[in-house]
Amino acid sequence: MTETLKALRYTALAVVAALFVSAFIIVITDIAALREGDVLTALDTLRLAYWSLFKGSFGSLRAISATITGATPLMLAGLAVSVAFKAGLFNIGATGQMLAGGMTGLWVGFALDVPGPIHVTLALVAGALGGAVFGAIPGVLKARTGAHEVITTIMLNSIAGFLTLWLLKTEAFKREGRDDAISKLIDEDAKLPRLFWFMGTRIDLQAHLGFVVALACVAVFWWLLNRTTTGFELRATGLNQEAARYAGMRTRSLMVVAMTLAGAFAGLAGASEVLGLYGFASASLAGDIGFDAIAVALLGRSTPVGTAVSAILFGALQAGGRQMQVNTDVPIDLIIVLRALIVMFIAAPLLVKAMYRLKGEAQSHGQTFRGWGG
Amino acid sequence: MSAPALVVSAEQRRRARNLGVAYLALAAFTMLVFTRRAADATFKISGTGSFALPAERFGWLLGVLLVALGAVQLLRGFGRLSNVVLALATAAVFMAFLSWAASGESFSFVGMLQDTVSRSVPITLGALGGILSERSGIINISIEGMLLGAACTSAIAGSLVNLWVGALVGVGTGVALAAVLAVLSIRYRVDQVIVGFAINFFALGITSFVSFRVLVPNPDFNGLSPVMPIRVPLLADIPFVGEILFVQTVFVYASFAAVALLTWALYRTRWGLRTRAIGEYPKAAGTLGVDVLRLRYRNLLLAGGVAGFGGAWWPIGTVGRFDQNITGGRGFIALAAVIFGRWHPVGAFTGALVFALAEAVRLKIGNFDTGIPSEFLLMAPYVVTLVVVAGFIGASRAPKAAGQPYDEQ
Repeated sequence: MTETLKALRYTALAVVAALFVSAFIIVITDIAALREGDVLTALDTLRLAYWSLFKGSFGSLRAISATITGATPLMLAGLAVSVAFKAGLFNIGATGQMLAGGMTGLWVGFALDVPGPIHVTLALVAGALGGAVFGAIPGVLKARTGAHEVITTIMLNSIAGFLTLWLLKTEAFKREGRDDAISKLIDEDAKLPRLFWFMGTRIDLQAHLGFVVALACVAVFWWLLNRTTTGFELRATGLNQEAARYAGMRTRSLMVVAMTLAGAFAGLAGASEVLGLYGFASASLAGDIGFDAIAVALLGRSTPVGTAVSAILFGALQAGGRQMQVNTDVPIDLIIVLRALIVMFIAAPLLVKAMYRLKGEAQSHGQTFRGWGG
Repeated sequence: MSAPALVVSAEQRRRARNLGVAYLALAAFTMLVFTRRAADATFKISGTGSFALPAERFGWLLGVLLVALGAVQLLRGFGRLSNVVLALATAAVFMAFLSWAASGESFSFVGMLQDTVSRSVPITLGALGGILSERSGIINISIEGMLLGAACTSAIAGSLVNLWVGALVGVGTGVALAAVLAVLSIRYRVDQVIVGFAINFFALGITSFVSFRVLVPNPDFNGLSPVMPIRVPLLADIPFVGEILFVQTVFVYASFAAVALLTWALYRTRWGLRTRAIGEYPKAAGTLGVDVLRLRYRNLLLAGGVAGFGGAWWPIGTVGRFDQNITGGRGFIALAAVIFGRWHPVGAFTGALVFALAEAVRLKIGNFDTGIPSEFLLMAPYVVTLVVVAGFIGASRAPKAAGQPYDEQ
C-alpha cells in the first residue's frame, strides 16, 4: 500500500511541477501586458486560465462528458501503443490503424441493413477487424523480413491517409451532393448510444458508449497480460527476445499477435469516433490521436490501468484546454506543453526528488522500449 | 571451380532471389502500366533546353531492361555490383513512371531534382543528429522536436536580428533540447524513448503556443528574407548535374559537408572509434579508459546542434517564416532514414534523398491527369519504401547499447 501511496505522491508532485512550469510560460508570453509592465494583469490571466482548465474538465456534467469524449479514443489508441510496447515493438502506426478501423466500421454502419443492436455491434467488430488487418501488416513484415516497425508504421500511416482520401471520393463512400471528402452518414441504429441517455434532450453531452468499449478493452488487455500464456510470452518477448526464443517461445508469431491486437484496439478507436461521435468520416478522422496515444502509453508505462488513467487525464486536459481558450487568450496548445511536462516529470522520479529535495529511495522504472532490436 | 570467396548465408541467398523476382515483377508492371499512354512527356532540363520522351516506347525499353536485369540476377547474381544494379533498376522504374505520368505535359525535370536536394536538407541533418546520438548509445526520438524548436527560434531571431544570428539561435535551440535529453537520460536515467517523445510534444506545444500568442500579434517577430542559392564556380557549369547540386543554398552545401565529415570521423578517427564503442559495448570502452558519460554528453549536444541547423533551414533556407508544425513529421522521416541507412551517414543521406524526391514529385506532377486517382500516385513512394525495406533491406542492426542507461562503477 505504501508503494501505491508513494507512486501517487510522485504523480501529484510531477503534475504540480508541470503546472508550475506552464504557469511561467503563460506569464512570460503575455507580451502585451509585460510591455506595459503590468504583471498583475498577466497573473490574472493565469488565474483565469487555470480555473477554466479545471471548470472545463470536471466542473460540470457537460465538462465531465467532454472529458470522457476526449478520453475514449485516446484510451483505445493508447492501448494499441501499449500492447506493442509490451512485446518490445514501437507502434507509431495508430493513426493509420484508426483510419482503417474507422472506414470499415463506417462502411458497415451505412451499408448493412440489420436491426438495431446487431448493427452497431457488427460495425464495431468491423472496425476492430479493419484495424487488426492493417496493424498485422507491420507485424508480419517484421516477423518475416525484419523490416523495422518504426519505418513500416510511418509509411503505412501515409498510405492509410491517402487511401482514406481516395475512398471518401468514391461513389461507395461519398456523400451525395458534396464535393469535399466527406462520407455518407451512418444509419441511426448503427450509432453508439449516448452515455448520458437518461439526461434526455441535453445534446451537449456527447459522451458515448465507446467509453465503455474502451474500458472493456482495458480489462481484456489486463486479462491477456496477467492471466494467459500468450500474455506471459508477449511480456517475455518484450523483455528479452533472445531469452524468450531460447525458452521455446515463438517470438515471431508473438510479434504478429501483438501488432494485430494493437491494430484491433486502434481500429476500435477509429470506429468509436465514427459511430459514437461524428456519425460520418472525413480525412481528419484520426487527427493527432495516434500521436497523442504514444504519450498516453508512455505516461501509463504501457500497463492497462496506467494507460486508462493517463487517457482520462489527457482527455480532461483537452476538454479543459478548450474552455481555457474560450475564456482567455491562452491558446489550447498550452495543453500539449503541459502533457509533455507531465510525461517528462513522471518519467523522472530522480528529477522530481531533486526538485522537491525529497529523501529516500526513488523507485526506478524499467525501460519501456529496449533499444531498436534487430 | 574455385571456392566462393565469401560465405553466403541462406538469408543472403533469399534476398538475392527476392531481388530477381522483384525486378521481373517491376518489369511486368512497367510494361503493363507505364506503356499505356502514347503522348510525349517533355522534360525541361534548363532555362531553354528540354527533351521529349515518347512515354509508350520508353516504357517498353525500360521494361525490357528490367527483364534483363531480373534474369541475370536470378541466374548468376551481380555479386558486388548488386547495390548499383538495385539503384539502376529503381531509377529505371522511376523514369518510366515519370514519362508515363507526364505524358502529354511538360515539367521542369531539373527543377524537380533541385527541389529534391534542397528538401533533403532537414531530413539529412536530422538523420545525422540521430546517428550521432544513437551511435553513442542514446536513442533519439526527439529529432522532430529539435527541428521544430529550432525552426521557431531561428525564425524569431532571424527576423529580429539577422540571418546569421537566426541560424546560430537555431543551432543553440537544438543543443538546448539535446541537453534536456542528455541530462534526463544520462544523469537521471529516464527512459530515453519517453524523454524523446516528451521533447517532441514540448516542442510542438510550445512552438504552436508561441506562434499564436506571440507571432500572430507581433508580425515583426516572424518575417525575414531567406538566403539565396549560391552558384559554385566551375562546378555549376557541369551540364545537368551542376545545376542540381551546385546552384543551391549554403544549407545544402553544409549538409553535403556534414555527411562527408561524419562518415570520415566515425570510421577514420579516434573519436569515431570511441563513439562507436560506447554505442556498442560501453562497459568495454569504459574499462579501457574512455569516459563514456562525458563522450555521450558531448555527442548528444553535437547531435542537437546539427539537427538545430537543419531546423533553421525552414525559415532561413526557404520560406522566410515559421508556421505552426512547419516540420510536419520530417523528424520522423529522418528517423526512418536513420534506420533505412543502417546508422551510416551515407545510407541515411540516401534515404533522405529518396523521401525528399517523393515530396518533390508530389509537388511537381501530383496534379497531372493520368487516369489513375492522384491519391495512388501520392502514396506510391511510401509503398515503394515499404517494399524496399521489407524486401531488400530487411533487419538492420542497431547500435547495441542504444536505449540502455550506463552505470559507472
